[in-house]
Amino acid sequence: MDVYLPIANLAVNGLVIVGLGALTGLLSGMFGVGGGFLTTPLLIFYGVPPTVAAASAASQVTGASVSGAFAHARRGGIDYHMGAVLVAGGVLGTGIGALLFRLLQSLGQIDTVINILYVLLLGGIGGLMAHESLSALRAQRRGLAQPARRRRHHPLVASLPLRWRFYRSGLYISPLAPLLLGMATGILTMLMGIGGGFILVPAMLYILGMSTNVVVGTSLFQILFVTMATTMMHALTTHAVDIVLAGLLLVGSVSGAQVGAQFAQKAKPEQLRLILAVIVLGVALRMALGLGYRPDEIFTVVPL
Amino acid sequence: MKRNLALALIAPAALLLGGARAPILVPEISQHKVEVRQGFTGADLLLFGAILDPGGTRAAQDYDIVVVLKGPVQSIVLREKRKVAGIWINAASSELRSAPSFFAIASSRPVREIVDDKTAAIYELGLDRLQLSPIGAIDPARQRHFADGLVDLMQRQGLYREDGHGVTISGQVLYQARITLPSQVRTGTYTAETFAIRQGRVITSAVTRVDVSKQGFERFVADQAEGNGLLYGLFAVVVSVAMGWIAGRLFALV
Repeated sequence: MDVYLPIANLAVNGLVIVGLGALTGLLSGMFGVGGGFLTTPLLIFYGVPPTVAAASAASQVTGASVSGAFAHARRGGIDYHMGAVLVAGGVLGTGIGALLFRLLQSLGQIDTVINILYVLLLGGIGGLMAHESLSALRAQRRGLAQPARRRRHHPLVASLPLRWRFYRSGLYISPLAPLLLGMATGILTMLMGIGGGFILVPAMLYILGMSTNVVVGTSLFQILFVTMATTMMHALTTHAVDIVLAGLLLVGSVSGAQVGAQFAQKAKPEQLRLILAVIVLGVALRMALGLGYRPDEIFTVVPL
Repeated sequence: MKRNLALALIAPAALLLGGARAPILVPEISQHKVEVRQGFTGADLLLFGAILDPGGTRAAQDYDIVVVLKGPVQSIVLREKRKVAGIWINAASSELRSAPSFFAIASSRPVREIVDDKTAAIYELGLDRLQLSPIGAIDPARQRHFADGLVDLMQRQGLYREDGHGVTISGQVLYQARITLPSQVRTGTYTAETFAIRQGRVITSAVTRVDVSKQGFERFVADQAEGNGLLYGLFAVVVSVAMGWIAGRLFALV
C-alpha cells in the first residue's frame, strides 16, 4: 500500500508505518515509555528526513500516551498533582530544547550530540534496569522473599526548599524536584524526538521515590502534554509535522498501546523491566556502533 | 594541450559555418505536468523527438543526442564526517549555491566518447561537470572532493543519474530516452535540455519544461503546514488526542 507523505516528500509503504506504530504503541502501553526512542531512528532508517521523523513521532507519542493514560486513569494510576508539576517543567524544557536545537544545528553537530545522548542515556538506564531486574529475578528463583526496596527519595531532593504533599505518590517533597525533572525530559523530547518516558520512569522511582502503582500512569500523563507542546513547537518553527505520517503511526500505536496496557497488568514487573532493558540496551549498542564505525555515507546535505 | 588550443581556435569558426546549416531539433516530453498526489510513487518521463537536416526533408546523419533533466537548484551546506577521538562527527563543510535537487543525464553514447572535457564543462554534461557554485575561496582539490561526495550521496538516493546508453536513436531521425523521477523529488520547474552533438561540437540544443507540483490534498497539507503553522499544529494535536481517546473507548468496550 503506497502512501505519499506530503511533508516528508516521499512515498512509503503505509503498512510498514502502521506496523512500526503498533510496535512502539505496545511498548508505550506496557512500560509507560513513549516509544519515540524507537520510532525516530527507525523512520530515519526508512528514509524519512530526520526533522520530519522527530516532529511526527512526537504526535504519534501523544496519541499512544492518550490511550495509555486513559487505561491507567481507569485504574486510578495517575497522580494529577505530580503530573501537573512535571508538565509545567516539561513545557519550559521544550522551549529551552528548541533553542539548543537551533544552536547545535547551526554548528552542524546536532546529529552527533543526539547520538551521544542516546548512547549515554539509553546505555546507562538500560544497564541500571537490567541489573536491577536480573537481581530481582535471581532472588525469586532462589525462593528468597524479594527484599522490599526501601522507597525513599534521593537525599538531594530532601534538601530542596518548599514542600508539597503529593498524596497518590505518597510523597512530601519540594515541587522543584519534579519541575526540574520535567524540564530535563522536555529538553530531551525536543532534541531527540523521544517522549522521555524511559528517563522519567526510573527517575520517578529512584530519585523521587514515587509509589510504583502511579509511576507509569503519571509518566504517560506528563508525556502526553509535553509531546503536545513539542508538536506545536515543531509546527510553528520547523514546519516539519507530517500529518499523514503521524496519522499512519497513530493508527498502529493507539491500538498497540491498549494491547500493551493489558499485557502490563498480567506480566511480572521484573520481567517487563528486563525486556525493556534489553530493548533499550540494543538501541544504545546500535547507536554506539554507528558512532564508532565508518558510516555508510560520510556526507550529509542540509538546506542553507 | 596543443590540440586543445587548435580546437579552441577552430571551434568558433566551425560554429559560424555550421550555424547556418544547423539541423532542426524537435524535442517533446511525454508530460509537461507531473502531479504529486496521494499514491504518487514517482513518474516515468519519456523524452523524445526528431532530428532533421536543415531542409527538414530527410534524416540527419551521425548525430549524438544528450538529454539532461535538471530539477530546481538549491543552496545547501554539505558536511563531511571525519573520525575524531574514535567517533565520526561532522568535521568539514562546504556551502554550495546551486546544487540541483535532481539531475539525470542520458546519452546515446557515454559522454566522454562524444565530447571533450571543455565542452562537457561548458554544457554541464555529466555528473562530474555540475556547476555547484561553492561559496568562498576553496582550493580545486577540496572542491572536487566535496562535489564527488555530493554526487555519490545523491546517486544513492536516486536523485542524480547518468546513463551512457540511455538514449536510443532509431532510423537516425527519432530519439527517445526514459527518465524516472523518484517519489522524493522536490517540486518546482524542471528543465529538460536536449543537445545534438556532432564531431564533438554541440550543433543545436532545445529546452522544454516540466512542472512538478503537489495537487489536491497534498498541496493543501503542504500549504497549511508552511503558512498556517498554528492551526496545523493544533489540528495535529487534536487528531492525535482524538485517535488515542477513541481507541481507549473502543478497547474499554472489548
